[in-house]
Amino acid sequence: MAHDNSYTGQKFEVVGNRFLRPDGIDKVTGKARYGADANAPGQLVGLVLRSPHAHAKIKKIDTSKAEKLPGVKAVITSDDLPDLTGGNAGNAHILENCMARGRALYDGHAVAAVAAVDRQTARQALKLIKVSYQKLPHVTDVDEAMAPDAPVIHDWCFTAGLEEKPTKPSNIANRTQMGHGDVDAGFAAADVIIEKSYKTEQTHQGYIEPHACLASVNPDGTSELWVTTQGPFSYRSVCAALLGLDIAKLKVTSSEIGGGFGGKTHVWTEPLALALSRKANRPVKLVMTRDEVFRATGPTASTSVDVKIGATRKGKITAATLELRYQGGAFPGPWAMLACMTGFACYNIENQRSVGWDVIVNRPKVAAYRAPSAPMAAYAVESTMDLVADAIGMDAVDFRLKNVAKEGTQAPYGPIYGPIGIEAALKAVKKHPHMKSRLKKGQGRGVACGFWFNIGGQTCVDLNIGTDGTVNLAVGTVDVGGARSSLAMIAAEELGVGYDDVKVHVADTSSLGHNDTTEGSRGTFSSGMAAIFAARDAIEVLKGRAAKMLDVPVEDIVWEHGEARATGKGHGNLPKLSLKEIAAKSPNTGGPIAGHNEVVADGAGMGFAAHICDLEVDQETGHTEILRYTVVQDAGKAINPDYVEGQFQGAAAQGIGWALNEEYIYGKDGRLQNPGFLDYRIPVCSDLPFIDTKILEIPNPTHPYGIRGVGETSIVPPLGAIGNAIANATGVRMNHVPMSPVRVLDALDQAAQYEEQVSAG
Amino acid sequence: MHSTRQRNTKNRSVQVSLNGALRSGAGGAASIDIEAATIAELLTKLAERYPDMSTHLEKGIAVAINGTVYRDDWTQKIPQGAEVFLMPRIEGG
Amino acid sequence: MSDAVLVSTKVNGDVVEFACPTDEVLMDSLRDRAGMNGVKEGCGTGDCGACSVTLDGQLVCSCLVLGVEANGREIGTVEGLTEDGKLHPLQEKFIEHAALQCGICTPGFLVAAKALLDNNANPTETEIRYALAGNLCRCTGYDKIVRAVQATAKDLRKSKKR
Ligand code: FES
Ligand code: FES
Repeated sequence: MAHDNSYTGQKFEVVGNRFLRPDGIDKVTGKARYGADANAPGQLVGLVLRSPHAHAKIKKIDTSKAEKLPGVKAVITSDDLPDLTGGNAGNAHILENCMARGRALYDGHAVAAVAAVDRQTARQALKLIKVSYQKLPHVTDVDEAMAPDAPVIHDWCFTAGLEEKPTKPSNIANRTQMGHGDVDAGFAAADVIIEKSYKTEQTHQGYIEPHACLASVNPDGTSELWVTTQGPFSYRSVCAALLGLDIAKLKVTSSEIGGGFGGKTHVWTEPLALALSRKANRPVKLVMTRDEVFRATGPTASTSVDVKIGATRKGKITAATLELRYQGGAFPGPWAMLACMTGFACYNIENQRSVGWDVIVNRPKVAAYRAPSAPMAAYAVESTMDLVADAIGMDAVDFRLKNVAKEGTQAPYGPIYGPIGIEAALKAVKKHPHMKSRLKKGQGRGVACGFWFNIGGQTCVDLNIGTDGTVNLAVGTVDVGGARSSLAMIAAEELGVGYDDVKVHVADTSSLGHNDTTEGSRGTFSSGMAAIFAARDAIEVLKGRAAKMLDVPVEDIVWEHGEARATGKGHGNLPKLSLKEIAAKSPNTGGPIAGHNEVVADGAGMGFAAHICDLEVDQETGHTEILRYTVVQDAGKAINPDYVEGQFQGAAAQGIGWALNEEYIYGKDGRLQNPGFLDYRIPVCSDLPFIDTKILEIPNPTHPYGIRGVGETSIVPPLGAIGNAIANATGVRMNHVPMSPVRVLDALDQAAQYEEQVSAG
Repeated sequence: MHSTRQRNTKNRSVQVSLNGALRSGAGGAASIDIEAATIAELLTKLAERYPDMSTHLEKGIAVAINGTVYRDDWTQKIPQGAEVFLMPRIEGG
Repeated sequence: MSDAVLVSTKVNGDVVEFACPTDEVLMDSLRDRAGMNGVKEGCGTGDCGACSVTLDGQLVCSCLVLGVEANGREIGTVEGLTEDGKLHPLQEKFIEHAALQCGICTPGFLVAAKALLDNNANPTETEIRYALAGNLCRCTGYDKIVRAVQATAKDLRKSKKR
């Protein structure tokens, strides 16, 4: 049945309330089963051997000793995996990233894997594998990798997107350009032009649960994979394609997921676990260590960005340009392109151009991290916005408001915006009591904006009504942070039953049609839409059954507040029938009552946020303390405000960590020096204050409830907000993230030296 | 009145704006005119006319029609006079 | 294979005995031999607190303790928080305050928060934040976790007065 996805302004009874999450009890009692919590009879322990070199030719791998060790059941190298070179490049890169083929491309790149009866034996086996490497020159910095004399990592990489096809390979995979208008004319009309360059270091999603899976492949090709993932269906199709399995024969079950933030949208060791299981003909459990997670899964890009913004004295931006250099690790990625699309998205800039360079370096293959690519571009733009406001003597929030994007503004990537929430967010910021609170000496305040597209995608749900009137809703998007609660609320709202009467279940890939990965803040948006439509289908069935029970034509039945009622002449005395009553009779009125929906949930609403940050910088140590933090974001419609706030707070906390501390530190040898939570420091409880939130609800016109998706946007503003607050507190503009104590001290020192020179000179 | 009728009877030509790397696939053009009633038809015709664009089309694209972004549903109708943008497909975290 | 030692210990009050390889950490023994899957591994190096348990009442990271060290001692895990089929007030408040998103850190936080409240019935916000600073949460930004602990402390104080 075709359904209309337009927003209708429906009045809600259930939606918008704070219900307790249905999986709460399992999670506070330790019963919930995550990736590492499944076991199978006869299971083996899988471990992976990884390259200690940043870039090296693999001359030979001798596995014979390891194979002979008692208890070792399988050893694999790239020889045991299909050679996809020359086929679909995307798949070939994914497989080569899972297991090096001929060359190790980064510190941590897998070169071999073993499966043995227990952990001790598997560890010993790894030590018995002899790999002879020939070290090759490496490069890990994005700017260095673009230099003409940089070692070229792949001889097949010719820059795409140039007017003229290059004749020589380089580390630049792709050039993208976005924008509109005439930037030269725009800059010519400017009274003030500020141009500045920024760098951001690589960060990791830092989910607390390492990747873990349990794989079992039978000789006939039927296979099962239990895994912590954001995308069981895409894991299924990718693993099937990589290993030559039939999609329908591979059943992927997503475990409870201990955080993903984009990092669990791609396969890393799962194909290896399947290949080991196939070779050993036994189930294999493979759990990554934290060290492996840092070295060999996908962090975000490190970047180098130039911004130029021109404005009139009156505060109108006349032109702006961005030059974005993003490294995607050892394989080409879309990251600079995404940055081109998002950089100026919060503003109405008639003349703008963003140029992106996607660069290859000897680091792990970059993966999505919450609003991927947007925070770094926003850091550069939001910092420069403050500089321009300063130069023309305008309040930084007023300057943003004067240039804010609205309905009708053209987005950097082309289309014209529908109703969006950034103006409302900035106005809410201006009015917020936080902005009026007094700062003490040495403290500073900063404001910054952020944008994320949000996406929809292929979605499929099943809704089944039991004979007691309770409801099962099977969904194919995973629950990364309370989605089961929101989806139960939506089904309850539509059907007119109680929240507790709906049980939402995340289905495996054999029980439901394809669902796109739970990424891009799409979970509640898309499955919510499908749940609404499935419930409406079920209501049609319920009405039909009610008609039979009352012996009236179905056209005379209306559905109100969870009940069927017959309208029209002569039906006045007929009883109302509740969902429960109809369900109880279902075996004799036509069988089970269900609703299904398959939809491409396009029309995701754009997400915008504005943040306020107060902080204090310790001039002695360079340490920055966050004193107060406020998030304002447009949710479209908050289904369960508790979990919307939670998304805002979590995203802000990740942004704060990124801004102040987190970074991949590579040595001269190209090896990662801090692959652990001790040295890669994510914010802890004592680092943060309470994070205030304000939810705005500007309905998305292309969702029945107006939902926009809320998961990602709020990781975008913190870098800029904190940079602006540090400048406000110290007078020093930071241009390198993280703004760690060392960097802040350096910047303070330099500023002091400069002052001295000026006063001495 | 007259002009509307003319557009109706003439053709379903839409102006499609290209972005990013897609431009290089179309020989650097920022926008092109193409006759298409649905996204699917648009994509087929694009691939026919600009073989260089096929790698980009394969990598994944999205189509914005009057501000709504479509990533998958190629059955979507393109209304007359619609504002159509072709852009790279996006992913999230 | 390394040598194994017979270990006899009490987990949440019940006697548990197993043969433990001498290089096995308590976290693995609890998960693989005692069936306590609520003990989570986030890092294996003492940096995340997901594996938090009490050893003779003392809060420890079970990934930094050897399994054989448990011999003759008493261990408390998240599975032991529930009494007589009733959730511990901390568990209730965590659900009520939406103090968990993915939930992987939750068992560790609950064990650590209980250890705090057992010693300090009226902790300040700062005391709570420092007491929980050894537990990493990547989802929540800690806001609702701290509020849940504050609310529990308040409730527990009230019920004691009564
Ligand atoms: S697993 Fe023990 S502290 Fe992280
Ligand atoms: S709830 Fe996910 S790490 Fe804390």
